[in-house]
Amino acid sequence: MARPVQTPAEVLGIEPAGAYHRLLLRAPGVAEAVLPGHFVTLAIGGRDSATPLRRAFSVHRADPVADTIELVFAEHGRGTRALARHRPGDTVDLVGPLGTPFPVADAPETAVLVAGGYGSAPMFSLAEAILARGGRVGFVLGAATADRLFGVAAARALTPHVAVVTDDGSYGARGRATDPLAAMIRAVGATVVHSCGPMPMLRAVTDVAVAAGARSHTAVEEAMACGFGVCMSCVLPVAGADGATRLVRSCTEGPVFDGTTVRWPEASPPEPSPSVEPREVREVREVWEVREVREGVRS
Amino acid sequence: MTALEPADVDMSAPLGESVTLPNPVGTASGCAGYGRELAAFVPPAELGVLTTKTVMVRPRQGRPTPRMAETPSGMLNSVGLQGAGVDHLVTRELPWLAERGARVLVSVAGERPEEFAEAAARLTGRPGVVGVEVNISCPNVADRGLVFAADPGAAHEVVAAVRAATDPALPVYAKLTPDVTSIVDVAVACVEAGADGLSMINTLLGATMDLDTLRPALAGVTGGLSGPAVRPVAVRCVHQVYAAMRDGRLRTVPILGMGGITSGADALEFALAGASGVAVGTAIFTNPSAPLDVLRELRQALAERGFASFRDAVGYAHR
Ligand SMILES: Cc1cc2nc3c(=O)[nH]c(=O)nc-3n(C[C@H](O)[C@H](O)[C@H](O)COP(=O)(O)OP(=O)(O)OC[C@H]3O[C@@H](n4cnc5c(N)ncnc54)[C@H](O)[C@@H]3O)c2cc1C
Ligand SMILES: Cc1cc2nc3c(=O)[nH]c(=O)nc-3n(C[C@H](O)[C@H](O)[C@H](O)COP(=O)(O)O)c2cc1C
Ligand code: FES
Repeated sequence: MARPVQTPAEVLGIEPAGAYHRLLLRAPGVAEAVLPGHFVTLAIGGRDSATPLRRAFSVHRADPVADTIELVFAEHGRGTRALARHRPGDTVDLVGPLGTPFPVADAPETAVLVAGGYGSAPMFSLAEAILARGGRVGFVLGAATADRLFGVAAARALTPHVAVVTDDGSYGARGRATDPLAAMIRAVGATVVHSCGPMPMLRAVTDVAVAAGARSHTAVEEAMACGFGVCMSCVLPVAGADGATRLVRSCTEGPVFDGTTVRWPEASPPEPSPSVEPREVREVREVWEVREVREGVRS
Repeated sequence: MTALEPADVDMSAPLGESVTLPNPVGTASGCAGYGRELAAFVPPAELGVLTTKTVMVRPRQGRPTPRMAETPSGMLNSVGLQGAGVDHLVTRELPWLAERGARVLVSVAGERPEEFAEAAARLTGRPGVVGVEVNISCPNVADRGLVFAADPGAAHEVVAAVRAATDPALPVYAKLTPDVTSIVDVAVACVEAGADGLSMINTLLGATMDLDTLRPALAGVTGGLSGPAVRPVAVRCVHQVYAAMRDGRLRTVPILGMGGITSGADALEFALAGASGVAVGTAIFTNPSAPLDVLRELRQALAERGFASFRDAVGYAHR
């Protein structure tokens, strides 16, 4: 993990990008240390805010010369709605870079980058890093609807191998990001798949990658309170080199994990959505409850 | 009172009869890990005291996720006592902290009084350790999961066991929960059992529902509420217990106040109510530099009000 710094970041620009917002920040001392897959946290509303927890965002671009970083974010709840109301000249307290970036080999390698929704934000700098080392990349970009795709043109500018899918078919093929994945892995001859997006997608991507004989690196998104490793709220069950499963912090040991080491069924309940059957949620939790029945309720 | 220069305020604070801290601002258990990650923002030696995440004799997984939910001006956590166990702390973490000049208050817990005592006993002679905090807010297996701190008798038993097993040179603090009918009664029981200090407060039990899944937001259903939302409860607890000390209902021992401290002004509130030290918890998540900001602002707040020393402000609201 890079040593994070805390700094007041000035909003230099904020503009819509489909269903998302692109946010350009001047963050002295941060940009130079950012690697693809790193994230930052923002305190929205300052320390007297009624929403005291910071919000985590992947770094889309970092420019060490200009001392700027760029984020892409979706309005989701209170914090991101308030962030969207920021204007150039405002400042927002930033901590970063945080987390473990995507591993990039020094030797040329061929990778498929799979992203769901704003999960593509960190993928372009990752693609550039792979290309700069003489490698090759393919992209699979998926989203619920056309306006939730981010960076289709940017992907096409980097490689001719770009597959786009939407749940409703409003752009590209109708389907899920995993649908064109096996074909894309074969088409570019990938030995590694990097993914970022919703947890169920990361799990499915890992299955396809493994079946195709490729490694799978996934950037998970767990709810975080501190973002820098002190609170233990963001843990995920991950198998270690000894085969034993441990709850490890996704903010420091992750967010990028080898997908084959994540114990997906226990990692996270299904996506919270009104369409989720309450019973399904319960089944996932029961896995834990049986095991943890005697644990204390509080810290 | 006339205002002073902040640099002239004596910030030293007693942790116990034999231990004096250079300043009264520390970290709350579970909010600073074992110090390593926080060190990027706060050098451990600059803290009055660093309280570790609660350790138990054996490593522990803690609760399932989601473990955290934001609430108005606060958060709920159901981390549980996830940790690598006291041996890991002793062999890996304490030497690292000691090298950096940290003063460490080690928080211990167990499911039975003997387990608390066993964890505390392993701290004897370890460099950097300046005290032991007994987290009596965890469930007692012998008592249907009721927390030790909910019952003065159980609290007395566990504090007495830890006091007997702990190096006599180290002060033993009992950490109280506000979720009781009379926090004074529990404080009396702990001090009679030999506690050299009281930490106040642990989190309040709460719950919140997820309107998307229509289920409790935390996998563990209930969690501990912390952050600015709980500050008035914490200040009340400190004030009540300090008042009881002045009334002679229990021996006067130092109180480490915590619960929603984000600024020097908040810390001063706790001191006026009777806290002789403060700990910063959830605010670290909002602002990793919070302990240093609180210390600087507290010094300033004392100087502005003409307090020549932090100790002069302790319990000042009771005059
Ligand atoms: C490593 C990482 C990288 C991320 N990168 C991006 C990104 O590039 N673009 C983007 O739009 N979003 C990203 N997210 C998700 C983003 O952090 C959440 O959407 C955001 O925190 C929601 O805040 P809110 O105030 O709108 O929602 P609320 O529901 O009000 O948030 C309440 C609390 O829950 C947490 N929370 C809620 N939803 C999520 C979530 N999906 N993931 C993590 N924490 C959550 C919040 O941080 C906050 O502490 C990332 C999350 C993580 C962990
Ligand atoms: C994420 C988290 C983990 C905690 N873990 C512990 C713990 O292990 N032991 C303990 O005694 N208190 C624990 N606490 C309680 C804090 O030490 C503190 O008493 C409480 O949060 C009130 O202070 P605050 O509002 O400043 O956070 C924890 C609190 C939080 C938020
Ligand atoms: S968010 Fe606090 S440890 Fe990861």
